[in-house]
Amino acid sequence: MSQDLLIEIGCEEIPARFIDQAVTQLGNLTEKWLDQERIQFRMLKTYATPRRLAVLVKEVAQTQADQTEEVRGPALRIAQAQDGSWSPAAQGFARKQGVTVDELEIREHKGEKYIFAIRHEVGISTSSLVQSKFVQVLQAIQFPSTMRWGDRHRFVRPIRWLVALYGEEMIPLKWAGLEAGRQTVGHRFLGKEISLSSASCYVEALAAESVIVDVKERKEKIVAQIEELARQYDCNIPIDPGLLQEVTHLVEYPTALVGSFDQKFLVLPKKVLTTTMREHQRYFPVENTKGELLPLFVTVRNGDKRSLELVKRGNEKVLQARLADAQFFYLEDRKLSIDAAVKQLDRIIFREKLGSMGDRVRRIYAIVTELGERFHLDQTSQKQLQRAAHICKFDLATQMVDEFSKLEGYMGYIYAKEAGEDERVARAIDEHHAPRTANDQLPTDILGALLSLADKMDTIAASFGIGVHPSGSQDPYGLRRRALGVVQILLDQSEIELTYHDLIQISLRILEQEELLKEDRSKVELSLLEFFRMRVRSIQLEQQIRYDVVDALLKNDQEPLSYRFQKAAFLEQKLGQEQFKWEVEAFTRTANIVQSQKAQVAQLLPEQLTEPAEKELYEALLQAEVSQRAADQAQNPEAAYQAIQKMAPVIHRFFDQILVMVEDEAIRTNRLALLKSVMDCTISFANFQEIVFPQEESVLS
Amino acid sequence: MNLQQMIMTLHQYWSKQGCILVQPYDVEKGAGTLNPMTFLRALGPEPWNVAYVEPSRRPADGRYGENPNRLFQHHQYQIIMKPAPDNIQEIYLESLRQIGIEPLDHDIRFVEDNWENPTFGAAGLGWEVWMDGMEITQFTYFQQVGGIETQPVSVEITFGLERLATYIQDTDDVYSLEWVENVKYGEVFQQAEYEHSKYTFELSRTELLFQLFNEYEREAERILAEGIVFPAYDYILKCSHTFNLLDAKGAISVTERTGYIQRVRRLAKMCAKAFVQAREKLGYPLLKTEEEEQI
Repeated sequence: MSQDLLIEIGCEEIPARFIDQAVTQLGNLTEKWLDQERIQFRMLKTYATPRRLAVLVKEVAQTQADQTEEVRGPALRIAQAQDGSWSPAAQGFARKQGVTVDELEIREHKGEKYIFAIRHEVGISTSSLVQSKFVQVLQAIQFPSTMRWGDRHRFVRPIRWLVALYGEEMIPLKWAGLEAGRQTVGHRFLGKEISLSSASCYVEALAAESVIVDVKERKEKIVAQIEELARQYDCNIPIDPGLLQEVTHLVEYPTALVGSFDQKFLVLPKKVLTTTMREHQRYFPVENTKGELLPLFVTVRNGDKRSLELVKRGNEKVLQARLADAQFFYLEDRKLSIDAAVKQLDRIIFREKLGSMGDRVRRIYAIVTELGERFHLDQTSQKQLQRAAHICKFDLATQMVDEFSKLEGYMGYIYAKEAGEDERVARAIDEHHAPRTANDQLPTDILGALLSLADKMDTIAASFGIGVHPSGSQDPYGLRRRALGVVQILLDQSEIELTYHDLIQISLRILEQEELLKEDRSKVELSLLEFFRMRVRSIQLEQQIRYDVVDALLKNDQEPLSYRFQKAAFLEQKLGQEQFKWEVEAFTRTANIVQSQKAQVAQLLPEQLTEPAEKELYEALLQAEVSQRAADQAQNPEAAYQAIQKMAPVIHRFFDQILVMVEDEAIRTNRLALLKSVMDCTISFANFQEIVFPQEESVLS
Repeated sequence: MNLQQMIMTLHQYWSKQGCILVQPYDVEKGAGTLNPMTFLRALGPEPWNVAYVEPSRRPADGRYGENPNRLFQHHQYQIIMKPAPDNIQEIYLESLRQIGIEPLDHDIRFVEDNWENPTFGAAGLGWEVWMDGMEITQFTYFQQVGGIETQPVSVEITFGLERLATYIQDTDDVYSLEWVENVKYGEVFQQAEYEHSKYTFELSRTELLFQLFNEYEREAERILAEGIVFPAYDYILKCSHTFNLLDAKGAISVTERTGYIQRVRRLAKMCAKAFVQAREKLGYPLLKTEEEEQI
């Protein structure tokens, strides 16, 4: 007879942001553990509230499956003496495997006879396995940060009770200084401590104590309540999914309610109001049908309808005070001139070892000035760009941003507009933060785009320059996200024809001038290039571009990204063609022979080429270089490929007729030099050695 | 319930929970945590339960007595229990009931908040406790103090008294709070608020403060070298407060700022270490008492 298995970890309030991943781990680890222990079950479901993580496994077999295991021991010639008696090696093996020597069997393995122990394991009862081994699962749950309490226990927050039930049977497993039982705890205020009669009554028993343990059910309940309020108040309440998830994990029994605030605060910029409500108070802002904010908010209480009016008044009072603060900041900030704010940036630290925000702004200014000149921005735009760079961080010195860091950029835009800055300049201040997340909107204007590139590149290069690199899951300064942003902008603003290689050069030069490079420049440059290659690679792979094509173009650092993506599309389309394979063979053969040489390849001396086939190749190379340059200029991948394609038959002919590795050193080195030049020419299109063709059947058999 | 009644109620309740009621410490500090009754006593194996009111100075928050809720000096009600009792959350919630906050009539939540005071090498995990959306308590399990890992772990519970009182007395302005019948908060503190702000932002002599910082630092170090802890700690507190005054006045540049924080942190760590050694040398007297009690 199978029974349900329930495990519940009762905890002091778990941070909302950790709950999903924790309960997913609990589910996955439990499933893995059951499989590993050969315990059959029908299905598994997890539950979570701020105070508990639980897993309920349905119809779990009473005992684990029996198992027959064959363990191979020493070879027979070692195990048995001439007279047929068992050697000490055989006896030791039998003892270790828990069988008698008489039970040993002799079998063949790879043409040699061995002794085998056949062990029949009768399944142990599920409850005793849970008792003795399930702690492994509990211990394996990981959190981004944990704490210590009591007798050196460690978890996300102190664990206060444990439930382990198999059917009606209690499993007193021991963990974190506690012994599991059937006692669980209801809602902190609406419920009480109860004793669960069986695992299967878990959900209902806690529901009776005002705890909705099912995350989905709780979330749906909140949504339904908010929708009901929207109907009642005839308004629109947008439900932000992130906020909904957080709120779901802040309550065990939700009751949504509407509160209001003074209409006078509606003069504040919309984002100031929504940020105050969302970020600080976890409220849902309320809008009319036109999308304009109403002086209302929705909060979700962890409790029932008792004294709802009091709860509402309390929340209103808090919001009122916060908005009064925001309004005060708004008024005060506007008294501060933008230039005075910029001066204050010298007093705000950017990062240890990297100086102040003022220093950083001066670096960004230097970068964009160079970028603007390079792209021949018209004089007005160049001036706007420099102004935007000069003031791009001024809002950091405002009280509003000090209080609401998420409004950085947005407040810059609002204040700059109010101070009479040009619209484009103001917009660039906001847009230079974009994209803020992987799927965020990109800067729409070239000024914002250039400023964003400079800002992100400076952060990345400066960090690498002091030896701060992201590693594994660690990326405290969001360098990967920033680099991805750089790549996205470069792709989006393809007309500026800038490469990350250029950006790296410019940033490093400026950092070097400021003596902020603490590591060897060429080393920093290499790791930066590699860092950006990996970002491009991940974008291309995400777009389903074949990995070998991606890798063939990986090191084309010095060409615009849009061109690289066009090349990728071109190559993918080429891959199916028989002719292409033959051409690639010519290129890779050239590269292979050049790369197999340890010595540095000498300078090519064209006048010393004597054989017709080598002369012909040289001529083909010269032509290829010329047409390739033109094609690259026009960013035409097809023409660029045609340029080198024409060398392919000549290369094949060359290898048919010419022996490269001749005795005569002068001839040999000159031929290698020729091939090196040919290779350089083909590699500037792509590294064809990376391209993988399906193996022909003849090769397989 | 006026402020004085609030304090007396909390005193009575936490005293019943086994806390020693100590008095505010007489050296300037930015938070109750820096009282040696917390900062030093949270270290080491000895059990320790205290509760006290701590006047806490935050020069940068001075507003000339004009802002309804930002103060140069506010009051914290601070509880330390080492080791943290298993039912500390329930004990805490009961203290709310004592001052008239019935959780069933409110929305009480424990919202993640990890506390850190890098200047004193202290950090902990816990929550801010919300009542109807208002933060009323900082609830922290100390993990590290003075750069030393705490064992056993203490719980620190801190109420901002003014904020809680504005809620209980239903006012928007700290200055109109009733301290006792017929005496308003403003009547007790507003002049001091104005004058301290005036001094901090306008009258303080930067050169003198820098000089004092250096002297306090030197003195703390000199005494620590003698293995003397408490007087040295007083000078570290003075360093910290002097730094806060300078910082509020904008006298410390970015590049210098980190340096000053590091100087205080270095001393705080040395002091924490010296305290632990001194207690060990004394044979952890409080630990013994407990064992004897058990016998």
